[in-house]
Amino acid sequence: MSTLELEPSVDTSKMQISDEVAIQIADMNKWFGTFHVLRDIDLTVYRGERIVICGPSGSGKSTLIRCINRLEEHQAGKIVVDGTELNSDLKNVDKVRSEVGMVFQHFNLFPHLTVLENCTLAPIWVRKVPRKEAVERAMHFLEKVKIPEQANKYPGQLSGGQQQRVAIARSLCMMPRIMLFDEPTSALDPEMIKEVLDTMIELAEEGMTMLCVTHEMGFAQAVANRVIFMADGQIVEQNEPKEFFNNPKSERTQQFLSQIIGH
Amino acid sequence: MADYSYVREDMLPEREPPVSEVGIIGWLRENLFSGWFNSILTILSLMFIYMILAAIVPWLWTPTWGAGSLSECREIIADLGKQHGGACYGVITERWQQLLFGFYPDELRWRPILTFLGLFVALGPVLFSDVFPRKVLWFTGAYLFLAPWLMWGGAIWTPLLVAAGPALGYLAYRFLYGVIGNLGAVIVAVLVPILFWLFLVGPISSGLFSVIPLGLEVVESRLFGGFMLSVWIGVVAIAISLVLGVVLALGRQSDLLIVKYLSVGFIEFIRGVPLITLLFVASTLLNIFMPPGTNFDIILRVMIMATLFASAYIAEVVRGGLAALPRGQYEAADALGLDYWKAQRLIILPQALKISIPGIVSTFIGLFKDTTLVSIIGLLDPIGLTGSIRADANWNGIVWELYGFIALLFFLSCFAMSRYSMWLEKKLRKDHH
Repeated sequence: MSTLELEPSVDTSKMQISDEVAIQIADMNKWFGTFHVLRDIDLTVYRGERIVICGPSGSGKSTLIRCINRLEEHQAGKIVVDGTELNSDLKNVDKVRSEVGMVFQHFNLFPHLTVLENCTLAPIWVRKVPRKEAVERAMHFLEKVKIPEQANKYPGQLSGGQQQRVAIARSLCMMPRIMLFDEPTSALDPEMIKEVLDTMIELAEEGMTMLCVTHEMGFAQAVANRVIFMADGQIVEQNEPKEFFNNPKSERTQQFLSQIIGH
Repeated sequence: MADYSYVREDMLPEREPPVSEVGIIGWLRENLFSGWFNSILTILSLMFIYMILAAIVPWLWTPTWGAGSLSECREIIADLGKQHGGACYGVITERWQQLLFGFYPDELRWRPILTFLGLFVALGPVLFSDVFPRKVLWFTGAYLFLAPWLMWGGAIWTPLLVAAGPALGYLAYRFLYGVIGNLGAVIVAVLVPILFWLFLVGPISSGLFSVIPLGLEVVESRLFGGFMLSVWIGVVAIAISLVLGVVLALGRQSDLLIVKYLSVGFIEFIRGVPLITLLFVASTLLNIFMPPGTNFDIILRVMIMATLFASAYIAEVVRGGLAALPRGQYEAADALGLDYWKAQRLIILPQALKISIPGIVSTFIGLFKDTTLVSIIGLLDPIGLTGSIRADANWNGIVWELYGFIALLFFLSCFAMSRYSMWLEKKLRKDHH
């Protein structure tokens, strides 16, 4: 597993965590058929937090963050995002989805649309932003992820790292208050991981509330204020990064960390 | 141990490929004469092609355009001294108008011709969206209602009232949306125009016509015939079945159980019966089920059956396209907050339909050729007309020239569709540099 050594140049001046609750998950359970994939999840995320979720594959970490924008439905317990409870009311679901950005492992860009159209589509059709303004906004965020010159290309013409940065820009165009990252660098070649992580660090520096499922422990150490370790559908351990990496309490965590950092 | 340590001092520049690999010589070597066995095959194939052409071309190249009967043809051919006979084109010279238009009145033929030319203008913005300005879509919309009027004639009020149907449906939707919710309003919005068309358009139109008699001379369906009839049924069925097929494909994938099983039931039933049985139902049984007194036009009935038949196939082709899309596309659309219809319209269908183009066009080509089956229920499409032409004493016994001409008409249409689909696929390919 690649552990990227980051220069300790992360600007922490704007990384402030407020008392305001961004996401409240209480007693949440989820099953896939009869398989109990998430068990008694309790998690409160405050605005401005940068949380890294790690754990072995199949531990339910992706499922957890996919529950937060209801790509997966939970069967018991409660999830409240920005004061809106996720339940069968589709209006609530759409509201939460338009406030929460998500970046996927496989980018999931729309291949039939240009980079610019990928970025303007949701603002125009969901937020009813006038086209001209949507284009300006998209160009702003494409500049931010450092690929404005690719605006009129199609996703298939870009490298993996560029595609993932477009995906981040596409999410940002909806002006989300929370960003979810589902293994954003796992499908990338090693030389492209850094450009995506740099973009994510920049976002964190601006105070975005972020939940990242990732194996990039260097990123966790440099940016996260909290690391959550999951196994078997449960939160096994959570702590601030320094404590988590240097002094893991549970045996399961120690085992996991020795496996991914040992070599 | 060998010393394999090596460092390149300067990078190699790009060079031209060898002459024998490029240009016409390279192509011949690569494709036709790449070895002694392939060279023999090439020569044998060329001989085979020559023999076929040597037999066909002289037969085709026979100046019999002026002959008035089969026996006259045979005289001309005998005079030319052709041993293996020749084609007799007199039948086409004499009957091509009938093969194209059936018994549509001579002096009114400008109407189907105009409709046919209008079709290209109407299809322009749909098929070639880069070339035609979007405003032409207004003509496309109007064409839907004007084309049947041009073909069948009658009061100008009928197409106008028919066009008013969807508008009424939309109004009903707007009024009822707040009262009975989305689903109920949609159902009413679909039912209103249908009921309006079935029961009100006729009386209102004739009422208006008696006050303001504006209209075209009526041409009855029994006069429709020839290739015009094939195109008329084919185009209408193709256009409507595409829309209906997409709706059915979405219905089959729907989470709403009733919608899902209605779609599945419809698709499986229609695909499970031969088209000809549906056409017999259209020609005989349907009248039994209709309220007494309603006279449902035979061509309209056939169009409906052909449309339903094709839509079931289109639905399955489109379902294949939908299934081929990665789940991530649906998830990305959801995660951005797009609702179901927007996600379908903007993200899912454009990609699924692109994948389905070859299958959709195959279905259309099949449907267009299947329109010849209407000859069995007595409609005079080109195949239906061959019976009466071959019964004519002058042309008794003619086969190749007549069917060849009809085949040529169909081939040109189907080949054009096939070429268009290949062009469209190429245009929509977005993954190359």
